[in-house]
Amino acid sequence: MIYREAGDFKTSYAKDQQTFPIAFDRWGYFITLAFAFLVVPFIINDYWINAVVLPFLIYAIAAIGLNILTGYCGQVSLGSGGFMAVGAYAAYKLMTGFPDLNIVFVIFLSGGVTALVGMLFGLPSLRIKGFYLAVATLAAQFFLVWLFNKVPWFYNYSASGQISAPERSIFGYAVTGANALPAVSYLFCLCFVVILAWAARNLTRGANGRKWMAIRDMDIAAEIIGVNPLKTKLTAFGVSSFYIGIAGAMLFAVYLGAAEVGEAFGISKSFLILFMVIIGGLGSIFGSFAGAAFMVLMPVLLKNVMVGQLGWPTDMAAHFEFVIVGGLIVLFLIVEPHGLAQLWRLAKEKLRLWPFPH
Amino acid sequence: MKMTKLAAFAATAITMASPVLADLVFPSLSYRTGPYAAGGIPFADGYADYFTMVNARDGGIGGVPIKMIECETGYNTEKGVECYESTKGEGALVYQPLSTGITYQLIPKVTADGIPMHTMGYGRTSAANGKVFSNVFNYPANYWNGASNAVNHILDINDGNIEGKTIALVYHNSAYGKEPIRTLEELSKKHGFKLSLLAVDHPGQEQKSQWLQIRREKPDYVVMYGWGVMNQVAVQEAANIRFPMENFIGIWWSGGEHDVLPAGDAANGYKALTFHGVGKDYPVFADVQKYVVEPGNAAGAGDQIGTAVYNRGFYAAMLAVEAAKTAQEIHGVKDITPAMMRDGMEALVIDEAKMTALGMPNFGPSFSVSCENHGGPGLGGVAQWDAGAKEWKLISDYAPSDMEVIGELIVEDSMAFAAENNIEERCN
Repeated sequence: MIYREAGDFKTSYAKDQQTFPIAFDRWGYFITLAFAFLVVPFIINDYWINAVVLPFLIYAIAAIGLNILTGYCGQVSLGSGGFMAVGAYAAYKLMTGFPDLNIVFVIFLSGGVTALVGMLFGLPSLRIKGFYLAVATLAAQFFLVWLFNKVPWFYNYSASGQISAPERSIFGYAVTGANALPAVSYLFCLCFVVILAWAARNLTRGANGRKWMAIRDMDIAAEIIGVNPLKTKLTAFGVSSFYIGIAGAMLFAVYLGAAEVGEAFGISKSFLILFMVIIGGLGSIFGSFAGAAFMVLMPVLLKNVMVGQLGWPTDMAAHFEFVIVGGLIVLFLIVEPHGLAQLWRLAKEKLRLWPFPH
Repeated sequence: MKMTKLAAFAATAITMASPVLADLVFPSLSYRTGPYAAGGIPFADGYADYFTMVNARDGGIGGVPIKMIECETGYNTEKGVECYESTKGEGALVYQPLSTGITYQLIPKVTADGIPMHTMGYGRTSAANGKVFSNVFNYPANYWNGASNAVNHILDINDGNIEGKTIALVYHNSAYGKEPIRTLEELSKKHGFKLSLLAVDHPGQEQKSQWLQIRREKPDYVVMYGWGVMNQVAVQEAANIRFPMENFIGIWWSGGEHDVLPAGDAANGYKALTFHGVGKDYPVFADVQKYVVEPGNAAGAGDQIGTAVYNRGFYAAMLAVEAAKTAQEIHGVKDITPAMMRDGMEALVIDEAKMTALGMPNFGPSFSVSCENHGGPGLGGVAQWDAGAKEWKLISDYAPSDMEVIGELIVEDSMAFAAENNIEERCN
């Protein structure tokens, strides 16, 4: 009744091909953006920003990155944790090496460095596919973690091998470091998320995205119709790693403040992001957000309910958290293998007909 | 039994939720799950039991009850952030994260928020320099003291000459394990021993190659910086290659009962450093029995009382309570704020008379904290495992560490931190 497209006529190609062709979606999108930028910074407290919203935004970027590679281009990667580490260490080296460099450039440059590294590790994808590629990227994960542990130059020869983000600010407001106001960090991350998600959406709608999807669906056929697999796969690796690198840099600089490669960017991080992509929905930008929200919010929610409301002992709550989140993942994969994005799509289908399905 | 326990927890939760007049809040960032739970559980139990005992016996600190909020970190830095953010709003007086990774993350945060942090025997060693780190304390001993204590012990058994000997360091490949390397390198120059480094990756279950290397290289001594599941695997592997246990020395975090028990008799003679008493042969444990165990308020399963790591949590809580008392005296108010707590920690004096009065005679070294020195004296003793009696025995007194070497390194590292973060020196 409310959600309908009847009467929504388009008179030009540009309008017909816009991202949100249905007026209701479009307005929903603008209202969400306005809410996120204008209302949220004033209403939520430090705990929500630091413990829930910041990790959600940052992981959303990482999930979009992996979704470009795995969801759109069909190349399975288990190296996301390692690539995030590249972003984080690049950001650290840039921040300490060039103290006057603006943090925005630091983060984009870290993404650039990660894109190069990602393309390097993407080279084997020209020869190997599927599980074998997953194993090759797994090697990247372990190699990168080992490298950042082994070579002291990366952590400026500090005694402990920890990297800590110094304070950097924009327009006089601290964004990194302990004196950063939560609302400022939030807006900083939100800007990155909006710009990157917008870019990703348009990339995947354009010629590049279509090439990626062609390679994903059938690489030989794609090659026959003139898609260059070398260029296509490497751009997918490059763009994906760019996003993941930015996520790693922000995770380290804005969210954690200090990090250590083995603990913060280990193999479990790779799996976490892969789960986000799979649960959210492969090949969907919205799915990346939904997956990130699910994986970040769920444990915090469960913890607050079980420990905060029910007063359970913390260890029992932590164990139940594993059980419940694990169970939900299995349930989702059985009931809706295409993820939360598909659920959303189905809901929209139903809503269009509602309340007169026949 | 499980249900009664649940009910008890629910009851405490309800009483906690009802508006109590300002409590003294001590958050406990514990980990009772994951690969490091073996060490996390006894520490958290000891920490909680001491507060329970003080509440039941003395009615809190200076009459103000203690409220302990436990938050599970799983030794994970991201959960650590979540725990810190969720507890700091409650008026947390002091943080003890029991994780070097979380410590590094919290150092700038607690400094900005004006909350003290106590990292007893772990964390960033150079935080001992109070001139740079205003809110971080790591008395009475730190990692570098530990490294030096181990070397001193080796010097003792070799009549002061270890020229040409080889010491292998088996360490957890993280900030924690890497901390002592610089100190050991300096000490190896000073005493002329050869240092060989063997890293073990998280979580530490896979150590075959490291011990194969030890078997091949035959170092004279092995020093271990391990934690969690890594410890018991290392002790077992050492037993498998028949490495002489009395030449195998663990830092205090590798000195729990749960680390040596799985290896059985083979672990006999294994040594570990400690900076506090072991066993339950202290008068205070009668109070624990009376006020904590008998009313059924023991934390966790209640089976850890008197173990080495439990005693450490117990000791940490004791130091926190004493610091709070000092803060109450300094400021003349009972209901202290985190800033007052910080002053209390900086003015903390622990002497034999105080410990005896608490029923913990000779439980730890006597020391005092000052504005410049947040690290205490760095005294450490050596305990040896007796597999027959299944208990640790202190085989040395609390001996000083090589502060000449360590002091220099502390100044160097803390100054680098100060320069990176534009911190002005205090205490001048």
